[in-house]
Amino acid sequence: MSFVRDTYLVETPPPGMNVGVLGWLRGNLFSSASNTLLTLFGMYVLWTVVPPLIEWALLDAVWQGSGREACLVEGAGACWAFVAAKFGQFIYGTYTFEERWRVDLAFLAGALTVGLLMIERMPGRRYIAVFGLLIYPVIAYILLTGGRFGLPEVETTLWGGLLLTFVVASVGIVVSFPLGIVLALGRRSQMPVMRVLSVIYIEAWRGVPLITVLFMASVMLPLFLPAGTNFDKLLRVLIGVALFSSAYMAEVVRGGLQAIPRGQYEAASALGLGFWQANLLIIMPQALRLVIPGIVNTFIGLFKDTTLVMIVGLFDFLGSIQVNFSDANWATPQTAATGYAFAALVYWIICYSMSRYSMRLEARLNEGTRRA
Amino acid sequence: MRTQAFWNDPRIRAWFFQILAVLVVGGFIAIIVTNTVDNLNALNVASGFGFLQHTAGFGISQTLIEYSESSSYGRAFLVALLNTLLVAGIGIFFATVVGFLVGIARLSPNWLVARLATVYIETFRNIPLLLQILFWYTAVLSNLPAPRNSLEIGSLLMNNRGLYLPAPVGEPGFGFVVAAFFIALLGIVFLRHWSQRRRIATGRGLPIMWPSLGLLFGLPLITFWLAGAPLHFEVPELRGFNFVGGLRAIPELLALVLALSIYTAAFIAEIVRSGIQAVSWGQSEAAQALGLRRTQILRLVVIPQALRVIIPPLTSQYLNLTKNSSLAAALAYPELASVFAGTVLNQTGQAIEVLTITMAVYLGLSLLTSAAMNFYNSRIALVER
Repeated sequence: MSFVRDTYLVETPPPGMNVGVLGWLRGNLFSSASNTLLTLFGMYVLWTVVPPLIEWALLDAVWQGSGREACLVEGAGACWAFVAAKFGQFIYGTYTFEERWRVDLAFLAGALTVGLLMIERMPGRRYIAVFGLLIYPVIAYILLTGGRFGLPEVETTLWGGLLLTFVVASVGIVVSFPLGIVLALGRRSQMPVMRVLSVIYIEAWRGVPLITVLFMASVMLPLFLPAGTNFDKLLRVLIGVALFSSAYMAEVVRGGLQAIPRGQYEAASALGLGFWQANLLIIMPQALRLVIPGIVNTFIGLFKDTTLVMIVGLFDFLGSIQVNFSDANWATPQTAATGYAFAALVYWIICYSMSRYSMRLEARLNEGTRRA
Repeated sequence: MRTQAFWNDPRIRAWFFQILAVLVVGGFIAIIVTNTVDNLNALNVASGFGFLQHTAGFGISQTLIEYSESSSYGRAFLVALLNTLLVAGIGIFFATVVGFLVGIARLSPNWLVARLATVYIETFRNIPLLLQILFWYTAVLSNLPAPRNSLEIGSLLMNNRGLYLPAPVGEPGFGFVVAAFFIALLGIVFLRHWSQRRRIATGRGLPIMWPSLGLLFGLPLITFWLAGAPLHFEVPELRGFNFVGGLRAIPELLALVLALSIYTAAFIAEIVRSGIQAVSWGQSEAAQALGLRRTQILRLVVIPQALRVIIPPLTSQYLNLTKNSSLAAALAYPELASVFAGTVLNQTGQAIEVLTITMAVYLGLSLLTSAAMNFYNSRIALVER
């Protein structure tokens, strides 16, 4: 007789409630009474939002049709036929129909440049960046405005839709970049005058809403210039947007500059580099690498803010959708909701993918400083 | 000794560049000013701030203070400013409540709730605010039924003319209730102070939570009852095609508040999340080791440290919300950007004065907030050796 077991017990599987789908459900959704209540609440929210949304956007939606009659059916959901019919206007605004290939070409070249820049192992990435910042804008300008090289001129009053949105956002960001660097350096300068001027500039722009800046650009700017100089509305808005976003850019760049340790400045001085040499060769390359995510975030903000140009009478993407609501041929109760839903979807896709990209960059930048 | 050319002396260089900067900026401003003066003279536009006393001659759809068409532009400015502050105040309140809830929900151990919070944040943060405002206004609120078929939620009425609430009307004697409320507040401050002193002296404080709540609700309620319930509600009534009486929130205000608070709440939620995550686990564990209870850990250890991270970006969100309220210009909600920088500017043509005042107001609000922020920051900043 022995009291000690001499054989192993047969291994039993863990209780069914703790593994697999059931275990996951129990651990993550029903671990306690309050958790169960929360889950039920979440399911209720899903139940009230998702099925009606799918019904409206997909099941009951009208996909084809050439006029309002198609969407006036009893119980009809989203009127996607409206979006399909007006798609060209949403993208190009009233840009001359025969010349739209130029916009396509500019879009394509821009997308290609940005796409190549995003590949980290791309050989000659630096040259692509220089091309994107210096040469591409010139090409895009010539393509879009025309009047040279046998291209017929297309006035900026005809521009609109997604084209205008991209023009305002990218000009804003590209122009504000060098301005922002200068202002950031000014704010950190040892010279009191430079510092005070930069701080006043930055804080003044950051303290006012963009809409008042746009009002100012469209009403006050012409008063500031010698009598008789008259320039187009788009340019005025672009100036306003660029000045405004340069203040935000300056703060982003300053963040990067602050992250550079003192030792870098001291080492540069020890090598006998002057202010500009030290900044251009030592500080900026490191600081700007750090602020790329911040720049992308500023761009996202600016991209969303371009919708405001609608208030001063330019028809950007949102504006050209909104303007088409008053088309009698498409006046249905669902037109506005459909148009806004389409706009929201497009803005969301663009902004969300950019914010993902910036988060990935940030994670990569932190890789070196993170410890396993 | 090595001689140095005077143009290589850093101090002389600094002086030179600073004087140059002043000259360039000053010259630039001088050119702008002379151009503007010439242009204004050529256009025959009056200048100066005298126009503020002139009769405005236009109506405003929502006024918190007395205003009529015969009031002055200055009065219109005040009305607009108050409307801006109103929408900002309501927006900040709701954005904070929703933002904190969503931010905490995002950290919830409940998978579904955390995912829902993430979806909320990623959806509303990435859609332009103006689009959201227009959506609520055009696609939702304008499609509500006419006043005759209003939606009724309790004593709330919703229709395409806005939201109607019963208005509380105080009768004589209601002042006592208000006074009782303030006395209760004073009492709570005193109680806290006393408890703190006793804790320092004896190591054991007084219970605070329940007595405070009792004081806060009990005292005004008793006074209310003693004074003979001096309050009644004015319920909106349907007369003809519209409701009369009660409190009314116009659809523009509703759309603006909805969009502003939903949009800003998404940003606040992220701030709250990162603030809570910034407090390391070690802090909670150390507090546990000291024998603090769960509520005490939250109240005394986690929240104070999280707030240090949360408050600065939170204030800048509040500022953003205030500045974004200017998007009302797209809806004709009568606030600063639409009434003053819109209607008044168009009527008087005095762009420079009007825009200067408008921008100065927003700038003033920003500077005030950031000054308050810096003060707060310097008070709660970590004291390091």
